[in-house]
Amino acid sequence: MTTTQTPEKTTRYPEAAILPDEHVPAVHIWRDFEATPAQLMRAHTDADLFAQWIGPSSLTTRIEEWACRTNGAYRYVSTRGEEEYAFRGTFPFVGDDKIVQTFTWEGMPEAVALETLTFEDLGDGRTRLHAFSLCDSFEGRDQMLASGMETGVHEGYAKLDDMLAKGTF
Amino acid sequence: MTDQLSRVFAALADPTRRDMVARLTEADHTVGDLAEPYDVSLQAVSKHLKVLEDAGLVTRSRQAQRRPVHLEAEVFDLMTKWIERYRRQAEERFSRLDAVLARMQDEDNPTPNDTTQEGTAS
Repeated sequence: MTTTQTPEKTTRYPEAAILPDEHVPAVHIWRDFEATPAQLMRAHTDADLFAQWIGPSSLTTRIEEWACRTNGAYRYVSTRGEEEYAFRGTFPFVGDDKIVQTFTWEGMPEAVALETLTFEDLGDGRTRLHAFSLCDSFEGRDQMLASGMETGVHEGYAKLDDMLAKGTF
Repeated sequence: MTDQLSRVFAALADPTRRDMVARLTEADHTVGDLAEPYDVSLQAVSKHLKVLEDAGLVTRSRQAQRRPVHLEAEVFDLMTKWIERYRRQAEERFSRLDAVLARMQDEDNPTPNDTTQEGTAS
């Protein structure tokens, strides 16, 4: 199994909590929802529902292919003006409270992440989502984490290089 | 330099080292100071410091006799910014998911009156 850095049962995640894994090139995210595992599952498997929440509001997301079931596959395209970003992958396993999917940005088709989503019933009408995103290298993991920055990852590294050069190493 | 970044993430993945970094954000400390609250040997603390040094997160003054440990705040800030930004994007997505789930529940329970299964209202 994965290296789990399982949080305490008593911990609550009304907001997303994130943790880069210590042992493997992966990122954990935890988040609690006011919904049952079945409802959360439907929001992930139903194409119409999924389209309503996946893309950032600054982008328009168009779902081209959607078969969220064991051995299914998907492809969706996010557009912002002239820019298009396409993502694709497969669903090796879709169960009652778990989705295992591959995730690829078509701009880097050889970099494939393996994502495991688990929905844990907290027993009071709430459900905890745990997302475990495993990349194929630490470099890829760090690029994924840095991908949200306005400056590209390389600028980020350049800045880090500058800082380190200033230090006494 | 990607190894560098991985080292920073790895360095911050340990709770004792995260705690040390948190204390160093307030002031420089000698190794003895740093070690005090922890129930581990000075040797273990030195090992943690070595990890933080290799990651570029802390430096140790070569001049002063006591060689205080100093946090390289810029490196630390950059890392935490990257991770926080990624976290925030996930949170924005989950907030939109909250709204979708709320709409689903309205459709699942079309009666505007709450579905009382617990008998009389208080």
